[in-house]
Formats: sequence, C-alpha cells, structure tokens
Amino acid sequence: MQHIISVLCENQFGAFNRIVTMFSGKGFNVHSMSIGETENPEISRMTIVTEGDDKIIEQVVKQLNRLIDTIKIVDLTEQAIVQRELALLTVFYQKGNRGEIIDICEIFRGNIVDINNKNLMLEITGPPDKIDAAINVLMPYGIKEIARSGNVVLKRGEQAAKVVHEKE
Amino acid sequence: MHTKKKNMSGADIFFECLKRENVEYVFGYPGGAVLKIYEHLHDVDFLKHILVRHEQGATHMAEGYAKATGKVGVVLVTSGPGATNTVTGIADAYMDSVPIVVFTGQVATHLIGNDAFQEADIVGITRPITKHNFLVRDVNELASIIKKAFYIASTGRPGPVLVDLPKNVINSVCEFNYPEEVELRGYKLRTHGHQNQIKKAATMIQKAKRPLLYVGGGVIMSGGNRELYLLAKENNLPVTMTLQGLGAFPGTEPQSLGMLGMHGTYWANQAVNNCDLLVSLGARFDDRVTGKIETFATKAYKIHVDIDPTCIDKNVIVDLPIVGDVKHVMAELASELNTKPDVEEWWAQIEQWKEECPLDYETNDGRLRSQYVVSKLSELTKGEAVVVTDVGQNQMWTAQYYKFNHPRSHITSGGLGTMGFSLPASIGAAFGVKDRPIISINGDGGFQMNIQELVTAVYHKLPIKFIILNNSFLGMVRQWQELFHAEKYSFTELSESNPNFVKVAEAFGLKAFSTDKPADVVPLLKEALDYNDGPVLLEFKVVKEDMVFPIIPSGASISDMITRRLDPKEMM
Ligand SMILES: Cc1ncc(C[n+]2csc(CCOP(=O)(O)OP(=O)(O)O)c2C)c(N)n1
Repeated sequence: MQHIISVLCENQFGAFNRIVTMFSGKGFNVHSMSIGETENPEISRMTIVTEGDDKIIEQVVKQLNRLIDTIKIVDLTEQAIVQRELALLTVFYQKGNRGEIIDICEIFRGNIVDINNKNLMLEITGPPDKIDAAINVLMPYGIKEIARSGNVVLKRGEQAAKVVHEKE
Repeated sequence: MHTKKKNMSGADIFFECLKRENVEYVFGYPGGAVLKIYEHLHDVDFLKHILVRHEQGATHMAEGYAKATGKVGVVLVTSGPGATNTVTGIADAYMDSVPIVVFTGQVATHLIGNDAFQEADIVGITRPITKHNFLVRDVNELASIIKKAFYIASTGRPGPVLVDLPKNVINSVCEFNYPEEVELRGYKLRTHGHQNQIKKAATMIQKAKRPLLYVGGGVIMSGGNRELYLLAKENNLPVTMTLQGLGAFPGTEPQSLGMLGMHGTYWANQAVNNCDLLVSLGARFDDRVTGKIETFATKAYKIHVDIDPTCIDKNVIVDLPIVGDVKHVMAELASELNTKPDVEEWWAQIEQWKEECPLDYETNDGRLRSQYVVSKLSELTKGEAVVVTDVGQNQMWTAQYYKFNHPRSHITSGGLGTMGFSLPASIGAAFGVKDRPIISINGDGGFQMNIQELVTAVYHKLPIKFIILNNSFLGMVRQWQELFHAEKYSFTELSESNPNFVKVAEAFGLKAFSTDKPADVVPLLKEALDYNDGPVLLEFKVVKEDMVFPIIPSGASISDMITRRLDPKEMM
C-alpha cells in the first residue's frame, strides 16, 4: 500500500542525502520525494511517497527516526490531508487543435505559461491523480516533456496528524 | 564588561576538545591535509599518538580499545587515500556498534568538488556506514561538532562517527567555546523501558515453564552484566549468548549454555527450539543466530529488549517489545519478579541435551588441534584474559572453547566478519587494558591481512600473545567447500604460499615459537603468558582438514544441524 510520510529534518548540508542514502541502502521503495524549507528556516519538510506492507512501513518510519537529522516523522496516510503536485507539460499543437488544448487546460484549471510556434507549456496543479488524468487526455496530442514536482502534503484543519515518531 | 576569550587556531581547538573528552590515545597516520594538526601534536603531552602502519589498522585499534574499555576510540588520518583506508574499520564498527570517532583531513573548502589532489568525498562514502558524520565548513563550528561527535558515538546504540576537517578550517582562527551540553533535537535517548511492558514481561517470566535468556552485545555495552547475573541467578534462568554477548554472563557458570546459532552448542540451540519464552536482551535476531526465520523458536512467546527501535520486529516479529537501556530494564524487571518460575523439569531436559551431544573433538590420534590450544588457554588464564579473535574457524573455536568470565573480554568482528581484525584490535585492547593478558587468536590467512601492525606492537612493547592456528588453509571457506561446494578446494590452500611465520615475526622483532605437537602447547602458552616485556608469537601447526561442529547450514533450521563429520561409509 502507498504511504505518504512527512519528515521534518534539519535544513542542513547532508540531511537530504542521508535520507536518500538510507532509502537506497535499505532497499525501500520511493515513488516521489520532495523537500523545501518550512516556516522555520532551520527546518525542512520532506514529503516521501513510499510503498510497502505494514512491516516495511514500520521499518521505514523507524529507520527515518533513527537518523540524527530528522526531527519528526508523520505518516499521513488515511488522514484528512491536502495533497498537491505541480506538473509542467510541453504539448505539441497543430493548426486546428490549439483551442482544444487550451480548453483541456481550463478544465483542469491549469495555466498556459509558454507558447511558441510548435508547442504550448501547461502548468497544472492538484492531487497526483488529477495530474495523471490531465496527462492521459493530453497524450494523443503529443507530449514533448513532463516535469512533476513530487508531492507536498499538509494535514487539514484542527485534526492532529498521527505522529508516528516524535523525538520527545 | 565583556571579557574577550582567547582566539585559537582550528588545530589548537581540535586538541583542546580532545583534552576535554579525556582522550588518552589517538591512532593515526599523517599526511598533507592534516600536517597542521601534526605540527601542533608535536607539543601535545596529555595524549599519546600511536603511529600505525596502515589506516585500516588504526580503525581496528580504535575498535579494540573501545570494546575493551567502553571508552571512545579515536582515529586521525589524512584526506583521500588515508580516509578511504579507514572505510573497512568504520563499516566494522557500524555493524558491531562500536563507539569510535574518525577524524579525516580534507582539502580546503574552496577546492572541494574540484578533484583536488588527495580529495575523496569521505562524508559521502561513509554515510551508510556511520551513525552520523560531519563536514566542518567553518572553524566556528569545530568545537561543537567535536562535542556532538563524541556524544553521538558513545550514547544510545553506540557507533562510529566521522568528522571531516578541511585544511583551511584547521588553519583558521576563532574564539574557543566548548559547549557544556549537546543540543540535538533529532537525537533523544530513551533509557527507561515502558513500565507496563516491563510488568507484563515479569508476569510472563513467572509463568514460563521453559524460559530462556538470549543475550547479545547490548548487555555488555550497557554495562548491564551485574543486572543480568542477578536476574538469571535469582530466577534460575538458562542463559545463551550471541558471539558478541559472550562474557556478559560467566561462561564457567552452569547456567550458561554457551553460544547459540550457526556454530552454537547443541543444547543452546535445542533450548531455543523448545523454549516457551524467549527473552532477547540487547541482541538483534541476526541471521547467523536465527537461521531460517520460519522455524526459529516457534514455540516461544518472544520478548525483545533493545535500545534501538529499528532492531525490533526487523527480522523476527516479537510479542512484547521493550525499548530502553537493557541495563535499566533488567534491573526493573528483576524488581518486578516476586515469584520464581518453576524450571526444574526444563533444566533436566537441558542437562539431557548436554549429555546427548557435548562439544568435543578427537584427542586420541596425537595430532595438534585448535580446540585443544583454545581449551588449554582457557584453563591457564582461568577465563580472565582479553581474547581478540580474527574471522573464521579460529573465531568459532575460541567462542566455543574459551570460557569467558567477564564482559569486554571477547573482542571479535561479528557483524562484518572482517579478516585482519584481530591483530590491530588486540593492539588497541592492549593500550586500554594493562592488568590482564591480551591474546590475539588468528588463522594463517587473516594474520597476513594486517601483519604490518606487528611493528606497532613491538615498538610499544605491548605484551600481546599472538597465536596463529595454522591449518594451511582459509579454513572456514575450506569447510564450506567440503560441506556445500562439492569438495572443490578452490583457492583456499595456503601451504605452498604461506611465509615462515617465525622468521617474519623475528624480522619484526618478536619472540616467536612454532610447534605441531600437543605436548608443547601448555609449556609454550605458559612461557608466553609469563613474558611481559613485549609481544610474542606462537604458531600452532594444527590439523589441516578440521571442521567447526556443530554447524547449522546458512538459512537452515536447527533440526538441520550437523554435529560431526560423517564417515564415508555412513553417507552411502
Ligand atoms: C576481508 C575478508 N575477506 C574474505 C573473507 C571471507 N572469509 C571468511 S572466513 C575466511 C577464511 C579465513 O581463513 P584463516 O584466516 O586462515 O582462518 P581459519 O578459518 O583457518 O581459522 C575467509 C576467506 C572475510 N571474512 N574477510
């Protein structure tokens, strides 16, 4: 099963590397990883989408926790969350179909961010399945390039996230 | 009024920090990137620098020192090749949770990434084999990083920490501030186990009919041998130990079942197989212990006490985990136990297993055997020596036949299985322990892997007794070839290529003796044990084809144990 794990770690040289090294060294699956600064510039938030049975996920969380640079690890799976990904897509257009592509972009509430005489660049934001859907619809027109940001996730409202490991 | 503190150079700060950490020895080797440190070292008198002959030797010495004393072992080497030569020792320390701090020189920060002369990304290289590592980018961080390095290496589940020191950082100057306390928000230690879990564990022990304590190196690291002794003694519980656990409970006590696992005793493994309660104390259910997971201790309710949560439910799913310092947990557990379990029948059963298949070897053919040498050594030293073994048959025979009576007495490379460990590690142990004999036991193969460090032992007149159990083979590999690889003795025979070990030792300046006669063993061992003016080498030319029994083949079950070499007639 897919799990979304949010990791607060030191915003420091090596912290990200150490987490990536741990994942590859232990042979854990990674679907996506994203990292960025938080409200506290000393701390980064890393969002990792990984896959495994309960035993593996328990090890993932424990191994993350064991690293000295990690501060808090939260498994956000099955929590009320807001999950977003951003994708940039460069799509070919022909004489007759530019309007269609722009319509599709609007349906997905995306933006056209670049254009030249061969292709359009679309920016689409949303949960990953929405991005998958947009890609599927645009595929027949010919997609030249895709860049996806990976997931960023926060829990909603007042509901406390299940803190799997907080270093007390 | 603000009084300005003294400005100090990075090199001075480095030594001031080592002083505050009470470092007695640094095992090191100089080179370009650390010349400034060596310049200052020249005038340092509060610690002793031990010049090694290869940086791998330095890391194993630091490990030997740390394992024998419980203190942090310290290594200092140059950048590039100096740093990469430490990798095996660091990996070894990581696998066996040994507290060492390795300082590596590095090229100046503005050259990092340029493929500068003697540059290696040692922080990147060692990331998966260190508990933590640091690149010091600014001299202002130096003191606090060194403080953190020692703290991280020695607390919780110990392990190696590497600190990379760029040349310009060492040359820069700043105000010296040694932090009194370490602040690491991502590193919090849990010492006391969960009270309810401990109560539950106590109830289980009281109710158990066939309980067994399975003890690992964690008990020794935590200093919990006294607590273990009381817990086991007062409740008449059988104790079996892992390779790293040997010495945690006295080997001469009747309650000790010896080692379990691949080369464990028949009765310890039968006890594992049949117990109804298995209490794991500071052990990690390593595959050399469990064999096939599906058949491991299937009748037992399992309690697992460990300071490292990642060890729990990693290999074997347990019924009752307790995260905490095993020393504290055992003390708390003992105080919760008010009625003793009824284990009379269980002991009768264990005694029967002991009779069924004792540890023994051929003694009637007049030929010299390793088991005999180790048994005599154990008797002569009354289990009081510090014994440092290498990897292979010599290691397993020592684990089986030497009766360790104290913690920190059995020093060996368990997790990584690093040949070439014993010789340098025994040197580190000899610096740390002066009041007990230090014995280094080796195979003829592994002895040659760090043989250059004999110089270090001779130069410092360390009274180490180096023993080579020379079977003219890479014995353990030969054993597997005989048992599992169609008797193809591919590249394991050394008889034609081995050097004359006595001459080699003499060239290095050691006293050396060699024999192939059982009658010489006791007199030679006695002579060596009485000689304390420097190292001695004893070469015992033993039977070539001997095998370590019992053996449970890799990944197999206890029921697949092989207890002796089968006669060709029996195999028909
Ligand atoms: C550095 C290293 N290389 C290879 C091995 C694989 N290995 C394990 S035991 C062994 C044989 C050791 O032979 P020897 O040192 O003569 O000791 P014996 O088994 O004969 O006691 C070998 C090659 C190892 N453990 N470490």
